This record gives sequence, structure tokens and C-alpha cells, in this order.
Amino acid sequence: MSSFWIILTGILVVASCSILGCFLVLRKMTMVGDAISHAVLPGIVLAYLVSGERNSIFLITGAALIGLLTTFLIEFLHKKAKVQEDASIGITFTSFFALGVILISYFAENVDLDQDCVLYGEIAYVTLDPMLIGNIEYGPKAVWLLAFVFLVVLAVIIPGYRSLSLTTFDPNYAQAIGISVTLWHYVLMSLVSLTTVASFESVGAILVVAFLTVPAATAYLLTEKLKNMILLSILFGVLASISGYYLADWSNGSIAGAMATAAGMIFGIVFIGKRIQRKWIIAAKN
Amino acid sequence: MSDYFLLFNPNVVYVILGCLLMSVSASTVGTFTFLRKKSLVGDAVAHAILPGICLAFILNGTKNPLYLIPGAFLTGWLSTLLVDVLTRYSKIKQDAAISIVLSVFFGTGIWLLTVIQHSGMDNQSGLDAFLFGKAAALTSFDVWVFGLVALLLIAAVWAFYKEFQLLSFDKDFAQSIGYKIHLLELSLSGLTVLAVVTGIQAVGVVLMASLLIAPAATARFWTDKLHVMIFIAIVISSISAIVGASISYLAPQMPTGPWIVMVLSLTAVFTFVFAPQKGMVVKWFKQRHNQQLMLKENILKTFYYLTQTASDPKNPYFNLSDIQKQRALSNDSLHKGIETLISEGYLEKEQEQYYTLTKEGLQQGKRVAHLHRLWELYLTEYLHIAPDHVHDDAETIEHVLTPELQARLETILGNPEIEPEVKK
Repeated sequence: MSSFWIILTGILVVASCSILGCFLVLRKMTMVGDAISHAVLPGIVLAYLVSGERNSIFLITGAALIGLLTTFLIEFLHKKAKVQEDASIGITFTSFFALGVILISYFAENVDLDQDCVLYGEIAYVTLDPMLIGNIEYGPKAVWLLAFVFLVVLAVIIPGYRSLSLTTFDPNYAQAIGISVTLWHYVLMSLVSLTTVASFESVGAILVVAFLTVPAATAYLLTEKLKNMILLSILFGVLASISGYYLADWSNGSIAGAMATAAGMIFGIVFIGKRIQRKWIIAAKN
Repeated sequence: MSDYFLLFNPNVVYVILGCLLMSVSASTVGTFTFLRKKSLVGDAVAHAILPGICLAFILNGTKNPLYLIPGAFLTGWLSTLLVDVLTRYSKIKQDAAISIVLSVFFGTGIWLLTVIQHSGMDNQSGLDAFLFGKAAALTSFDVWVFGLVALLLIAAVWAFYKEFQLLSFDKDFAQSIGYKIHLLELSLSGLTVLAVVTGIQAVGVVLMASLLIAPAATARFWTDKLHVMIFIAIVISSISAIVGASISYLAPQMPTGPWIVMVLSLTAVFTFVFAPQKGMVVKWFKQRHNQQLMLKENILKTFYYLTQTASDPKNPYFNLSDIQKQRALSNDSLHKGIETLISEGYLEKEQEQYYTLTKEGLQQGKRVAHLHRLWELYLTEYLHIAPDHVHDDAETIEHVLTPELQARLETILGNPEIEPEVKK
């Protein structure tokens, strides 16, 4: 039974991440996603100090706000202070992460958190914290939380699909017909930061980055259409989490790490396949 | 406090020296990666080192750095090559390539690390020092290694300074005069990996990026010269290393690496705001000054036009709405502009709400109108732009034309007799 819950957790994370990842890849903003996933650490620590428990909605909202602040700061440094974009990303997320580690050390007695759980959470533990109503268990808390986040992502992306894709592909046109580019930028970033925070404990920041980028990039290699890209991306993500789970099970290693490895392998296969296909096409033409 | 200054505890000396040396290495190569807009590749390298360390451990079964460091170096270097391969041979952009390499290599590293930890291999504990750094536990051996690496990096940058400089600023030109670009890029990324491999042992995977990026980005705000920039970057990162290491020594529960990064970031932010030429405050003042200048000159020019076309030339008095008929200006800014112009002696107030140009004001207004017309003439005569398209351009350029440029324009256009342009 526990393997079912673990795989379901992975699939829920990957489903939210692959949808958002497609937009990040197309907007050339995957490193901002990476930055958010590291920068939420102080938010998590502070919210944890205040609320005293994990997996609370309070914690998630608090930390997600820090994620938004990160995007805002990156934009600010880049646009207003004229710092090179890669440098403004690098400086912002390292500062936040450092602040988080300092907070953890300072409140070491009150905070049952580690920087390593943020980097590579332990998905195998999700089953240890079940959702209890009365005396009946309704599956792990993390699964409910991630399912909720996935629904939020869907509830924003489906009605906002047209605006999001227009602001992604042709921001000038979108602006001209009255769609706010800034608004949708921050909507997307809020979703990324919400997903990151909700997944940090079960899968860790690094798997979030892997799931945000790798399946979407794999799909990007294969199709030109956004809808197909999103669907393919989810497919590759689900494939990666299932095969990753069995890789970890067989090797007795970290599940999140193995899932990232599996996603990387799928990407590698598609990448090499595309290269071989190209060679064939060129050879056939001659 | 006193033993801090006496430094009689050798551990403190190691920690401070170690942090200092690795900061020097990181900021030196960081300057070049920053200028090549590849700062975040350094982040990918930092993450990609982990699987190399794990593989080296699995193959040799020892934590001897002589085995681990080559392993780290190998996967670190491979990651920079892979980022290039992905961007060159597919439509994947640099940011996605970096994220892919970073997360997959690190994920694989974590997977291998946990496989090792669960396998019950002896003496595996401590491998994760590479994850979060172990600055507080640096030994004399580490310091020697860091020193050697710093020396090597500085020597390499010294020897190939001109080549690396060209590579960073004008790659195409460097290629065209016969530099072996590929070899240079390979060696520069090799140096980066070397700096990251050592630095990571002090501050850990995530914070390594800061040591590469922050000193260079900060130094960039103080200078436009490469050698000065490297020097400033080294000074900034050295100070941060010493301050960070001292904080964690004085408050032992405080981690070293994060404090070094905090000091670096605060310096960076301070610089971004207050740097003498490129800082936000100075820029804000410059912008404000320019806006005021434009406002004043525009008002004077309008007064000048009105004076020239006044129905009663003996009494050229105008009120605010006369101005506003000619130029769209808000009451607020018009008021402020007129107040300043009166205090500077260009305008005089005549009875309630009516103003007139002083002698100096008339001259200034004439000058601006003259420059405006001069530029319009230049655009129509030399650039063959239609006369109805030149006004807007002249509106902006009239405020920045220097007397030297004015003289040249007049020579080119043959000292034209310029009639003031009058809007009807």
C-alpha cells in the first residue's frame, strides 16, 4: 500500500510541475523556478516557527509569499538596478537560502527542520503522517495537500489558458489587446512557488526543479503545439515518477533522487533519438 | 574576544585562511563567468560535482580527496560541456539546459549518496560534507589544497589574461584573429570547476553560486576596467570571508558559509543602491535633474515663441493657460517650473498670474528654439526625413546638444538664418 501512496505523491507533484514547467521553459524562466525553490527556505522556517507544524495551509501561504518576493526582487535588481539577469537570480536565491540556514541554526531548538530536507526531502516518509478524521485514516496528509495544489493549478490554468499562452508567445500583442503581462507573470510565479512549497517536504527542492524543467523540456523537443507539449510533459513526468520509484526500490536509494535520474534518462533517450532521426532524414534526402 | 585577535587557536586560523583562499579563487574566475553571462553555469557545476564524488567513492571505497576531487572535477566539467551540447544541438535554451543538467546531476548524486549510505559501506559518513560545506572543520591539509588551487588559478589568469579578456568581451573577434576559442573556453570552464570543487567544501552546493557571482556583480558597479574589477572582486570576497568566518567563530552556533554569503549579498545590495556612478540613487538624481532641465527649457522655449508672436510686443505677458495652449503640461509641474525659473532669474512675475521673460530668459529661450530648428533642418537636409516627422525627435535632442555639436551643425548647414518656428 505504501508504494501506491508514494507513487501517487510523485505523480501529483509531477502533474502540477509539468504543466507550469511548460510555461517556464517557453518563457526562458526555468532558473527563476529554481531560484524560488531554494529561496522559500526562510519562509518555511518562519512560518514553521509561527504555526509549529508542517503541512499547514498557513505555512504554505507564508512560504509562498517569500517565493513571490523572490521573483519580485529578481525583476527589481534586473530592471531597476540594471544588474545582469543571471547575476540577479544568483544573488537573490543564495541570499534567501543563506538567511534560511542562519534562521535554522539560530532557532535550532525550536525548529525540527534541516536544510537537507529542503534540498532532497524524503518521499518515503509521506505515509508516516496520515490524514485522520475521527479514527479513520484517509491516506497521507501530503497527498491531500498536493492534490489540493494540483486542483488550484488546474483551476487557474484552464480558465487562464488563452491569456497565459498569449503572454508567453507574444507579450506585445497580449498587452495591445488588454491582457496584463505583469499580472499573468505573477500568477504563474505564485503557482510555481505554491507548488514548490507544498512539495518541499515530500520531494525536496531539487526534484521540484527536475520536474519543473525536465519533462517539459523533453516534450518541447517533440512538439510545436502548447497543448501537446503540456500533455506529453505530464506523460513523461508520470513515467519518470513510476520508473524512478522502482529504480529506488531496486537500488535501496533516495526515491526523489531516483525520480530525477529517471526523468534525466527519459530526456537523454528522446534527445539522442531526435539526433538520430535528424541524421536519417538528412541521409534520406541525399 | 582577545583570543580572537591573538588567533592562538590554530583551528580558527585554518577556517579563516581556508575561507579566504577559496573566496579569492572563486571571485577571480567568477569575474570571467559573470562577464560571459554564464554565472548560473557555476551553479550547475556546483550541483554536478556530487555524483562524481559518489562514483569516485564507489569505485575506490575511500574518502581520500586524491580520489574524490578528480571524480568531482570530471562530472563538474562534464556538466558544463553538456549545457553547451544541449543548447547547440537542440532548440533548448540556455536557462533550461542549465536547470536540466543541474537537477538531473544533483538528483543522481543524491540517489547514489543514499545508495552508498544504505549499503553499509564503511567510512562513508562525511561524504555529505560536500553538500553543505564544513567550513568550521577545515584542516591544515585543506588549507594547503585551497592555497595551491588559488595560486594555480591566479597564475593561469595572469598567463592568459589577454586571451580570457577577449573571450569575455568579443568572442567573434578573438576567433577571427586566430585564438583557439574552443581550447580557451574549455580551460576557462576547467578553472571554474576547480574553484567550485574547492569552494563547495567550505560553503556547500547551493551557496557556491554566490561566491562566484556576487563579488563580480558588485565590482562591476565600481569600475569599467577588467583588471580593476578582478581586484575589487577579490577584495570584497576576502573581506566577506574574514567577516563571515569571524561571526561563526564568535557565535559558535552560527554557520560560516551562510554568513559569508550574507555579507557578500549585503555588500552587493549596498553597492547597487549607492555606487557612485551606476548606483540607483545617483541614477535617480541624474534622471530627476534631466527631467527638471527639460521642463525648464520647454517652458522658456514656449515663452520665447509666445513673445515672438505676441499681439502686443511691448507687453509680452502670459499666464499659465497661454502656456498650456501651446504645451501639454500639468498645472503642478508648470507651477514648479515657473517658480524655479523665477528664482534663477529667467522669468519675472508681472501682476497676478502673469509672467514675462527677463533678458537672460529671452536668450535661453532663443537658444533652445534655435537648437530645435537646427536639428530639424539637419534631419530634413541630411537624412532626408519628411519635414512633418522631425519635430518629435528635435524635441528630445534640443536638450542634450552641446555647444560643440551646435557649432558643427551650424558649419554643416552653412550658418542658416533661422526663423523661430511658430506653432499656430
